[in-house]
Amino acid sequence: MSRVAVLKGGRSLERQVSLRSGARVQDALERLGHEVLPIDVGPDLVAQLTTCRPDVAFVALHGRDGEDGTVQELLEVMGIPYTGSGVSACIRAADKVLAKHAMRDRGIPTPDFYAFNETALEALGAAQALPAIEERLQFPIVVKPARQGSALGIKFARTPGDVPAALVAAFSYDRKVLLERYVRGRELAVSILDEHGSPIALPIVEAVPEQEDFYDFEARYEIGRTRFVCPAELDDEVAERASRTALDTYELLGCAGFARVDLMLARDSDALYVLEVNPIPGLTETSLLPQAAEAAGISFDEFVARVLGAVGR
Amino acid sequence: MRSSAMRDLMALTERDDVISLAGGLPDTSTFPPDSYAALMRTVAGDSCARALQYGPTEGLTRLKACIVKVMHAEGMDVDVDEVLVTTGGQQVIDLVCKTLLDPGDVVVAEAPTYPGAIPTFCSYQADVVQITMDRDGMRVEELESTLDQLERSGRRPKFIYTVPNFHNPAGVTMSLERRRELVRIAGERELLVLEDNPYGLLRYEGEPLPTLYSLDDEFVIYASTFSKILSPGVRLGWAVAPSPILQKMQIGKQGSDLCSSSISQYFVSAYFDAGPWEDYVRSLLEIYRRRRDVMLDSLAEHFPREAEWTHPQGGLFIWATMPPYIDTTDLLARALREHVAFVPGRAAYVDGRGASEMRLNFSGVDEDLIREGIRRIGEVVREQVGMYSTLTGVAPRAETPRADNTAQGPEQDELAKILTLPAKRKRAG
Repeated sequence: MSRVAVLKGGRSLERQVSLRSGARVQDALERLGHEVLPIDVGPDLVAQLTTCRPDVAFVALHGRDGEDGTVQELLEVMGIPYTGSGVSACIRAADKVLAKHAMRDRGIPTPDFYAFNETALEALGAAQALPAIEERLQFPIVVKPARQGSALGIKFARTPGDVPAALVAAFSYDRKVLLERYVRGRELAVSILDEHGSPIALPIVEAVPEQEDFYDFEARYEIGRTRFVCPAELDDEVAERASRTALDTYELLGCAGFARVDLMLARDSDALYVLEVNPIPGLTETSLLPQAAEAAGISFDEFVARVLGAVGR
Repeated sequence: MRSSAMRDLMALTERDDVISLAGGLPDTSTFPPDSYAALMRTVAGDSCARALQYGPTEGLTRLKACIVKVMHAEGMDVDVDEVLVTTGGQQVIDLVCKTLLDPGDVVVAEAPTYPGAIPTFCSYQADVVQITMDRDGMRVEELESTLDQLERSGRRPKFIYTVPNFHNPAGVTMSLERRRELVRIAGERELLVLEDNPYGLLRYEGEPLPTLYSLDDEFVIYASTFSKILSPGVRLGWAVAPSPILQKMQIGKQGSDLCSSSISQYFVSAYFDAGPWEDYVRSLLEIYRRRRDVMLDSLAEHFPREAEWTHPQGGLFIWATMPPYIDTTDLLARALREHVAFVPGRAAYVDGRGASEMRLNFSGVDEDLIREGIRRIGEVVREQVGMYSTLTGVAPRAETPRADNTAQGPEQDELAKILTLPAKRKRAG
């Protein structure tokens, strides 16, 4: 039995999801017989950790601070072991631009993209490069903030006229944004869990929109508008390829413990493209990773036990 | 309808370190604690056992007598038997839906409509049809053509929901002419109207207009509340309706909560007995009028010329419209980084409209915070206007437009032509 601090909440836009993930993790830890110290992460985080001196921290934070290496860095400084990926993996994975560059350099397929920050726009006339970008990516183009975990700020531009407003929206969330080629096809999520020190891919989850409106990205996050199928109905070869690609990406970024890799399976070519890696994916009742674990016969408690067991390995 | 991402975003507006212009909270800080204590002593001394007991579903007669007084102050004469006491005005909306709606039934509402009514309509699986507004309130000609259109497809709305006075969220008031037109349409087509009037007594300028109910008591269901004239904490509102409907609503209420809080009902009755209830309302009017003026002044000072907003004669809200390329849900995420919040316009529509609009509340925080909150929102709006201008090469309105674009190369000229096409709004959540 250990004293486990569960870090949750925080000030990110995904605070609510994190509170739900954290609460569920707490329940599991209690059932596993651990002493649980819940912490809603705020300005007193260091003070609280100093006072309660946990043996280990379970990081159930999503988005800014919690998933981007900030909290992990503090835990390193304080010498508290923690679950999941380390500082450098979090920094790389939380920033879609860094992650996609790493993938491209390694030859892992990811949709073509161009990224720029506010400085490029304000000081270097990046706006004048938009036609060239649009020409290369072709419409529709997906516009995203570089660092924002949920669907917020993600827009589809169908015509050049849509692009400026989409960029303004994306810049609401981050100083860096990317324009990405849209891959039409099936959305797959591969959850990964460390097993005795080596990562394994769990059964694949497919997100199936109830209505075929591929522009409506928010639909993915609304209950009743998206159906999740697990295991996804895929040819063995495709499933194997998706799992392999996800594991390669996980290892490339240096992830640890667990993560979720989101991919697109192109409709026209059967090619796979990695969209992003979530170093701390949602752990709520409706989240994808727990569903995938369940499909592999791994209960939530067992999942939590394994993630805890992988700390410091 | 709100997406889950938007719900999560709205939850952040309640953080302590955020100046929230998002809520709809009346100011309860000036109600004298001594008066509160004295009223509770009176309740304890005179009616302790009864206040602690269940009460009649339709409400205590003594409270209904207070309601009759409030309605009289707004130009309506009703009898205590015609009143159903409810748990806040919100329960009236719920009970009307419960009484009248089957899944798939049409409800007509304004566009935008009260964001708090949308989850109620949706939970009864209503098909909400929204009619646009202008500065005189709901466009009745659009209402008529919509009703005709519905009729042609064999559909008939179960009721028309409207907030004629100081609309939440739009901040506009329905003109007298429109009121007459609306009750005429209702009468001719035998359609019920749910008139939601929580703010009628909070008028800061201009002359009061007759309520729809005072123009027609045959097809109008009237709803109001003590929330804005005394306290939302007492959770007391009321309905006045044609008697068959009122009876059904009463049965519905029995199923929902048996009766509204007896303690609250005795408290409010004691408050009306203790002195003129209008005095406190007058003191609130002073506070809110100043806050509204501060917000209007701050908007004029800090918002860019591309933005527009309403000038409410009363109530608690101003509705602001940004240029179409600004999405106020995304803007809220940006504003939260500056520790300030508002309600994104989408929350007031069922169909994804309102993406560039926002609701601003001026009753819930003091004048300094209103100034600072509007300054911060204005800053992020200007930032986005500036960014859009950089992206499109079109100067913001505040700047003098250049007569010729010789400074721009032909390539950018071409770009500007393409990029200034009106951005298509995406439907979402």
